Amino acid sequence: MNSDIFVVIEHLRGQVSDISYVMLAAARGMANATGGKVIAVILGHDVETLARDLAADRVLYMEHAAFADFSSDAYQRALEGVIKEHAPRAVLFGDTTMGGDVAAWLSTHLALPLVSACRTFRADAGALKFVSQICGGKMMAEGDLPAPTTLVLMVPGGYKPEQGRAAQAPELARVNAPALDDLRVTVKDYVEPAVGDVDVSKEAVVVSIGRGIQNQDNVELAEELAKALGGVVAGSRPVIDQGWLAPTRLVGKSGKAVKPKLYLALGISGAPEHVEAIGDSEMIVAINTDPAAPIFDIAKFGSQVDMLDLMPVLTEKVQQAKGL
Amino acid sequence: MNLVVPIKLVPDLVEELVIDASGARLDPDALRLKLNEFDDHAIEQAILLKEKGAGQVTVVAPDIEGVDDALFTAAAKGADRLIKLTGNWNNGVNNHALARVFANFVETLRPELILTGVQAHNDLDGAVGPQLAEHLGMPYVGYVSGVVVFDNKAQVRKEFPGGLIAEMDVVLPAVLGIQAAEKPPRYVPISKVRATMKTAKLETFPAAELETAGAPTTVRLFQPETGARATMLAGDADAVATRLVEIFREQGIL
Repeated sequence: MNSDIFVVIEHLRGQVSDISYVMLAAARGMANATGGKVIAVILGHDVETLARDLAADRVLYMEHAAFADFSSDAYQRALEGVIKEHAPRAVLFGDTTMGGDVAAWLSTHLALPLVSACRTFRADAGALKFVSQICGGKMMAEGDLPAPTTLVLMVPGGYKPEQGRAAQAPELARVNAPALDDLRVTVKDYVEPAVGDVDVSKEAVVVSIGRGIQNQDNVELAEELAKALGGVVAGSRPVIDQGWLAPTRLVGKSGKAVKPKLYLALGISGAPEHVEAIGDSEMIVAINTDPAAPIFDIAKFGSQVDMLDLMPVLTEKVQQAKGL
Repeated sequence: MNLVVPIKLVPDLVEELVIDASGARLDPDALRLKLNEFDDHAIEQAILLKEKGAGQVTVVAPDIEGVDDALFTAAAKGADRLIKLTGNWNNGVNNHALARVFANFVETLRPELILTGVQAHNDLDGAVGPQLAEHLGMPYVGYVSGVVVFDNKAQVRKEFPGGLIAEMDVVLPAVLGIQAAEKPPRYVPISKVRATMKTAKLETFPAAELETAGAPTTVRLFQPETGARATMLAGDADAVATRLVEIFREQGIL
């Protein structure tokens, strides 16, 4: 049985994503328990640059024009052969907009088990266990990582990306790419995030609203509070999907990551997709009527008052404090 | 255009989640189930496509408690066919089993496009969409927030981190994992859903046998250990606002 841990490196337009380093950090702990090696797998171009700081024992790479952009079809076909040939103990993917399109397909295609939303691993008398974060961060599920090979989709939060970086580039080994003609999924163009709007990732005060805002009319209350605090309004997924705020204001997995001095989370439950983007904030203050909301686990201060009651009062008191 | 939307119900997170005596699963008696919100977006996207051109929308769901409401609501919004798959769903089911059951049935509908929620909060063995695509030999794209259909292809908007969007071509027939419909799911008044209940037909078909292989087994469920939990501020809105202004001052924000 192969005891190596494979990590499928996620990269987009020449940048390795943080989740790749998180996975390498996780893989090191697993490999220490199995006695195997950490093998990074890169499908792409300019592999030397992508691989230069990966904390892996070895890099298997494939180069093909089809990897210039992300195509689930190309990734599925390319990885199928690698996994079959090596049958490692585990293959880690980011539980992201990229890994999510690939791992579940491979699980079915190769008849290999799949664990998703995995946050950490632990070794128990040599046996590997996964811990996954489900139900919007309200529940953790633990179980044995099925042998001999399991595919895993990993979420951030359990390991620090710095632990997956190395000073020295790992050894590279080229693997031939399979035929990738007639791809059924192809990228035609990119739409850049809208410019001209504020960049929420660079603001010192972010007033962020979630489902608790209830309707579009109430957004104005948040705007007024943000203005009083000298900050901007951002939102979680439901608010953006309702069209109540522009997509540029989305904080979360497919939006922006922020690191303000104050992140005021109003009516935000704290689902993992949101929390992963606010962890670098200096101070999080959370207002939510649900005492079990996971947002309170990472906030410094919290309150269960109704955000709709709080916003106008707080705006007024902030204005008073500033002598306005 | 034959559009099919497989949906599932998930625990409503507004309710308290109770772990049962086995310690490995949620107590089904304490759960309230609701439609997976991404599936709600998939239904909306299918109806938007139908409204832009000729097409039929079929919504397919496992026959579990609460599913009739979800299906009738979909019909009130514009879905044409409502299908329940009957089987032994009582012990819960993982996405590997669900994808097999959906694939087995959906194949008979000969869909051109399958739209399903990109994920659900209780997924522990990957999403249904890519597995369904593999079973049916179709391509898959997830995290989709916009779809236009041409003769034999779909042009989709796929989301990447940081707000970047890729415009992609997908050859039909295909499965799409919907992150968000082009417009928010429409609201239908209860009265309209009730009226639909009188006219819409729920069709039932037996589900294929459940094969759960491919998913891990949970041996323990637990609530996340919380480190330094937030210091909770007591009092009404006025008291909390007063305290927050002090805190903002101490932190140099004001």
